[in-house]
Amino acid sequence: MIQHGTKSAQANATLLSVSNLSVRFPLKGRGIDGKRKSLLAVDNVSFDIARGKTLGIVGESGSGKTTAAMAVARLVEKEAGQIQLDGTEFGDLEGDALRLARQQVQIIFQDPYSSLNPRLRAEDIVREPLRHAGQTSRAEQDVIIDELFAAVGLRPEQKRLFPHQFSGGQRQRIGIARALAPRPSLIICDEPVSALDVAVQAQILNLLKSLQKKFDLTYLFISHDLGVVQHMCDDIAVMYMGQFVERASRNDFFAGQRHPYSQALLSAVPTIEDREGDRVRQDISGAPPDLTVPQTACRFVGRCPVVQDVCSQSVPALTPAHGSHQTACHLVTD
Amino acid sequence: MSDILLDVRNLRVEFETRAGTMPVLDDISFTLRRGERISFVGESGCGKSMTALTMMGLLPAIGKIASGEIIFKGEDIANASEARLQHLRGNEISMIFQEPMTSLNPVFTIGNQISEVLKRHRSMDHGTAMQTAVNLLDAVKIPDAKTRINDYPHQLSGGQRQRVMIAIALACEPEILIADEPTTALDVTVQAEIFDLLRDIGARTNTAIILITHDMGAVRQMAERMLVMYAGRKVEEGPVQDIIDAASHPYTRGLISCVPHIRSDVSTLPDSLPEIPGIVPAITSFGKNQCLFAPRCTRVQQSCLDSKPVPTVISAPTRHQVTCWNAHGGTK
Repeated sequence: MIQHGTKSAQANATLLSVSNLSVRFPLKGRGIDGKRKSLLAVDNVSFDIARGKTLGIVGESGSGKTTAAMAVARLVEKEAGQIQLDGTEFGDLEGDALRLARQQVQIIFQDPYSSLNPRLRAEDIVREPLRHAGQTSRAEQDVIIDELFAAVGLRPEQKRLFPHQFSGGQRQRIGIARALAPRPSLIICDEPVSALDVAVQAQILNLLKSLQKKFDLTYLFISHDLGVVQHMCDDIAVMYMGQFVERASRNDFFAGQRHPYSQALLSAVPTIEDREGDRVRQDISGAPPDLTVPQTACRFVGRCPVVQDVCSQSVPALTPAHGSHQTACHLVTD
Repeated sequence: MSDILLDVRNLRVEFETRAGTMPVLDDISFTLRRGERISFVGESGCGKSMTALTMMGLLPAIGKIASGEIIFKGEDIANASEARLQHLRGNEISMIFQEPMTSLNPVFTIGNQISEVLKRHRSMDHGTAMQTAVNLLDAVKIPDAKTRINDYPHQLSGGQRQRVMIAIALACEPEILIADEPTTALDVTVQAEIFDLLRDIGARTNTAIILITHDMGAVRQMAERMLVMYAGRKVEEGPVQDIIDAASHPYTRGLISCVPHIRSDVSTLPDSLPEIPGIVPAITSFGKNQCLFAPRCTRVQQSCLDSKPVPTVISAPTRHQVTCWNAHGGTK
């Protein structure tokens, strides 16, 4: 096991610290300036997560939430930014050092059908990360696999089965066991329940919560479902077109969103509480900006219901607002 | 009553499988009035989509209607000929699907695909059909319809593709529009726009809408009545408001409470969600003479295992009924 020397000293400190993270994807062709075109998918994003806590990133598809998380996991190359894990450098590790450090950061994927190798037995799927790290004997691996199967609620005799013999919820349990195998401190949950049936979704969410307590896990939780995020997360970050537009503690966020985009997002969610038609839904039907060119205005200008002249003049920065809120909006002052 | 558009009575659909004959739909009855919005709710594998496909005459080859009637405007279409069904589909009953990406043909323009319906069912010539297609795109609020009509599906966003699907479904002004999880693949903001559109169109043209979903929030926003299905059987039916306020079947209660609903005061948020343990049974156990929900139910008692529950009326005026031996609210 690595990096455990600092653990006791920083028991409740920051586990993951990301600063000024940017990710740029190269595109085909050249722009009018003759430079190669590129798309800035994540633009200068910074956040910390304390040990044992959960940060939820919400936003529409294409907002860059998965790209940001994959850059944190070092699965997508970052253009700039620092990533520190447990007080140690993670963002710029290379080669063997990176391979070993990767055990600390594991991922639970959205689709339990395509994220498991159909040719491997369940036990071998869970064994893979251990084998890859190369620090345990086969007998030790067997013990770990048995423990993990019990922890995620699978029966021992199911170890020998192949993925197609499991239901969607059970497959997600295998994916969770695989993520837990190298004893990570950070788990990235990328829409872990959105492919599951409602009843199974509750089972998996409860499992993730109990595992977090049991193994002292820190979650980076990506979801477009605000109800799930409310249930799972201690802090919420709203992402729009590559940037955080609002960040707040769960209590503060759901008590009242400051950014117009967050407000619109919340107002679009159908709930069982309000009566049909009697709520005011914010209309944010406009078009998002073209991220292949540098931005000079607030990215939300084209869709914002309360847009003013100042919004087109400069890009708002994420600044502290009321309570624990941080907001990137020219019009939010408190 | 003349405003009853569709009257499904004791519908039973069977699948011929290697393991024998399985009832995928067992004794399904409901009525749909003109302009009414009803929702089918339940987990996947409970028969929601199968009920819709049966009404469209689109059962897979291994399926057949074993008994029951589907009375559409006074005509039993359960045994209608293929030619008659072809006339009904698109003209009188239309359907939109979950995946707007795969429901459109990638090699034809959207104008082509909308006008195809009009040419086939309305015998329009090409020019009139294309002009009507532009009007339809306008109606589903696609901006700049005149030029977008020549776009291919890949040039549209997911929400716009679903709007095109709705335009195709509405081309012949059907009496019934079936929407099978129309927004599952879409963002919440786009989902809200699609729901607004469906509600608008329903109100304007008096089209009845059947919404298939597992999202109680969507049901609450979109439908007046709901029909909760489990393992091919109807377990509860009634007005949406009544059921959300006081669901009677343990499965309905589970479906409502197992989803984390957003609330503004999070201080009372429970640490864990109420679970419905287990999963929907395999189709091989659908025919059993017992309550099929019993293995997952917290209120199970001996009678649930002894025989199949029969429907009980909770409120006659609202036509709220439940099929359970030990329902909440003390129904006997």
